[in-house]
Amino acid sequence: MNETFAFWQQTLPSLLDGFYLSLQVTGASLLLGIPLGLLLALGLRSRQLLLRAPLLALIEVGRGASVIVLLQFVYFGMPTAGFTFSAFVSVTIAFTWCTAAYTSEILRAGMEAVPQGQREAAQALRLNGLDTLRLIILPQGLPISIPALLGFAILMLQASSLAFVVALPEVMSKAQLVGSNTFQYMPIFILVALMFAAICIPATVVVGHLERRLSRHF
Amino acid sequence: MTGDMLLAILGGIQWTVLLTLTSLAIGVLLGAGLCAMRTSGIRLLDLTACGLILGLRAVPPIVWLFLIFFGVGSGIVQVSAFQAAAVGLGLITAANMAEIFRGALAAVHRGQWEAARALSLPARWRMLDVIAPQLLRVSLPSIASYAIGLLKDTAIASTLGVPEIAFQATHVSQMTFQGLATFAFAGCLYIALSIPVAWASRWADQRMRSRVAR
Repeated sequence: MNETFAFWQQTLPSLLDGFYLSLQVTGASLLLGIPLGLLLALGLRSRQLLLRAPLLALIEVGRGASVIVLLQFVYFGMPTAGFTFSAFVSVTIAFTWCTAAYTSEILRAGMEAVPQGQREAAQALRLNGLDTLRLIILPQGLPISIPALLGFAILMLQASSLAFVVALPEVMSKAQLVGSNTFQYMPIFILVALMFAAICIPATVVVGHLERRLSRHF
Repeated sequence: MTGDMLLAILGGIQWTVLLTLTSLAIGVLLGAGLCAMRTSGIRLLDLTACGLILGLRAVPPIVWLFLIFFGVGSGIVQVSAFQAAAVGLGLITAANMAEIFRGALAAVHRGQWEAARALSLPARWRMLDVIAPQLLRVSLPSIASYAIGLLKDTAIASTLGVPEIAFQATHVSQMTFQGLATFAFAGCLYIALSIPVAWASRWADQRMRSRVAR
């Protein structure tokens, strides 16, 4: 047991570096992906089929294909088309795509939960489309989406460990490196699991609490 | 893309499907157990199950897979890549199934329990003949959408070397340097595989609904 703790103490700094990178990748993808998801959700409400069709394709592929395949598509595939990105940029592009696709559905559901009467009232007040969205729909629709968005953020943090396949030096890659050097696979992956659990368990509890509180009001 | 490349990737389908079904079966069985513990009314069992569910879901799938394949596998027991992937994904599925079943259990009307008790059905038959069929009907849509998610998650098993779709795609792209077409095809394959699952679930749901509709 003491040996394990000594081993953990020795490897923790390197793993924390990796975990910090995982958090960065997750943060970047959420910051880019959620606004993009909102744009996708709004774009889907357009009556123009020519606009709707490509957006729908983007969403369906982002949700339907495996994250790991999206990741490899960007990192190993795009260079064939003449675009070469670093591992960090590739991971951010793939995760942003995935985030935008999933959050567009979450945000759409949130906006649809706003009662129809609110829209009609806005129309009766002769608010234009942008003002209806800005002043009436979004302020009511976004709070409804928040627990689902936070739940998705937790899943994204977990998914960031998949960046391992494109050799981004995040926490999994670091752990695998330590494991293959020392053959101490069990302790090192338990440490990684504990790091994720330390963040995800409290976060899940908080999100569950928020969800219950919100559902009381509606 | 030549025919050989396509065939190589298509060859991964059987492993993807087999892995999905195996982990789903493990998940449904263990999930039913976890759900029974959570709803047993015994505080110690409830808390244990609650902790297990939280813990299983808090750790990313790839970490579970590596923990089982390299961690457990390099120690006492020999674990093949497929076994490690099936057990790892199965455990995560179990945690999610337990929550799905618990939600469905709440949706089965109280009167059904009371009526079964009034008929003095033994506890086992009360569960099997009265509650379980309704439970299945209520939880089927959630199980199907989880199964579709699981189908995509099996791609993670490619990191252990299970020769499923994503693994074959990686292999083909390394051989041919045609990453774009290869991974696009693999991505479409996952979407194509999930369509029949969604379709079958909707069909079964409608059939079961029409049988109990009044």
